[in-house]
Amino acid sequence: MRHLLDTRTLTRDEAILILDIAEDMSATQQREVKKLPTLRGKTIVNLFYEDSTRTRISFEAASKRLSADVINFSAKGSSVSKGESLKDTAQTLQAIGADGVVIRHPASGAPAMLASSGWIDAGVLNAGDGTHEHPTQALLDAFTMRRRLFGENSRGRDLDGISVVIVGDIMHSRVARSNLWLLKVLGANVSFVAPETLLPYGTREWPVTIYHSLDTAIREANPDVIMLLRIQTERMHAAFFPNEREYARNWGLNDVRVAGLQDRTIIMHPGPMNRGLEISAGAADSERSTVLEQVANGVSVRMAALYLLLSGERGESA
Amino acid sequence: MKETRTVLESADISRALTRISHEIVESNKGVDGLVLVGIPTRGTILAQRIAEIISRIDGSTPVAVGSLDITLYRDDLARNPMRPSQPTEMPVTGIDGTTVVLVDDVLFSGRTVRSALDALNDHGRPKVVRLAALIDRGHRELPIRADFIGKNLPSAKDERISVRLEELDGEDSVTIS
Repeated sequence: MRHLLDTRTLTRDEAILILDIAEDMSATQQREVKKLPTLRGKTIVNLFYEDSTRTRISFEAASKRLSADVINFSAKGSSVSKGESLKDTAQTLQAIGADGVVIRHPASGAPAMLASSGWIDAGVLNAGDGTHEHPTQALLDAFTMRRRLFGENSRGRDLDGISVVIVGDIMHSRVARSNLWLLKVLGANVSFVAPETLLPYGTREWPVTIYHSLDTAIREANPDVIMLLRIQTERMHAAFFPNEREYARNWGLNDVRVAGLQDRTIIMHPGPMNRGLEISAGAADSERSTVLEQVANGVSVRMAALYLLLSGERGESA
Repeated sequence: MKETRTVLESADISRALTRISHEIVESNKGVDGLVLVGIPTRGTILAQRIAEIISRIDGSTPVAVGSLDITLYRDDLARNPMRPSQPTEMPVTGIDGTTVVLVDDVLFSGRTVRSALDALNDHGRPKVVRLAALIDRGHRELPIRADFIGKNLPSAKDERISVRLEELDGEDSVTIS
């Protein structure tokens, strides 16, 4: 694999390959010595134009466990705030000799631009771009589902026929989009639940069932997985819903709704959580919740992605 | 197209494995603290077969068998096409203080074994590590030597040795082409 930019163009086989390698990576994380020599001598740059502590430390942990050298670059306080363009930054990284660039950018498409520009030879890994995609998040979610559903027999499996309900701010969520494309290619049935104001234009053309009521969705979609999205107060520049209490009442996963779920249904959240808003403390701390597993699995999935991107001859397409 | 010649047939392979099994038991003076660790894919199958033969010879407790994937420990990842990793399974009792016999199908440059020694290091500290290979074809690039060898097979560097095993390929044979 040359770059990992989105999940929309991933094939089923590629997705399963990444998840299977993540299984092996996860097995190494149970050992006393967690570090592998795999990417010794490689340099990975975490190029973060947007603040994100958890994604950055997850990538940093993944790179370090593979013995790569990590350079963290945050736009704040860097030459970017002095007006340096993405092109100049990329050329600087090229001169430093970066083998891989993990990029988080507020503009949708920035990683694709970096990958296709010819400014830099390094493998580009999208760590979230605007409202477009966040592929490693979707992969770690799929990995977590597969683990919970199939346990030891996960290897090689897809998610055929699994019902996944994604609730919340679909419009601003790259996680929802990346998950939709990946879950579709793995064979799952996806439903979105959100107030009409938080559904992006064109959603009805996507391969997804849309509900406005969480209770109806739980009744009709019979979910194996409920995924709550964070209400991103920093992106709420307009009145998308009347107030937080009303949101919590209509679209929040409260204890009553949790009690009505089937035994096997798991609760996922990409974090950080707004307890009491999209998820109740009871739901977040219950046995069903996979929030911390998702964090741990994130490191394994990112190790797999970095391994696939940086091993093998640079420049080959396979 | 080069001609393909069969070097070992099913009976030869099974004789070679029986001899290796006897040698392992003899050098270890029994089966105490013995762990067979195969290198996927065919090394793992061979390790299982050797373990079965040893339990027939010795008649006591079964020998622990593990499987050690070395993909992530290779030093040539950048030079070769990407290869997917495979599961590593170690005996639950661990390998600290044991006699580990690494088992692989073909011993060639020695780089796989070097990687395996690194990988083993991350799992614990065996008392002794030995190496068993069904075929030793020479052309070593590192100072590594096998303790137990099924067959020495001097070969040219561009020749290809294929080990086929019943469990995976439907038949037992070693061919050179």
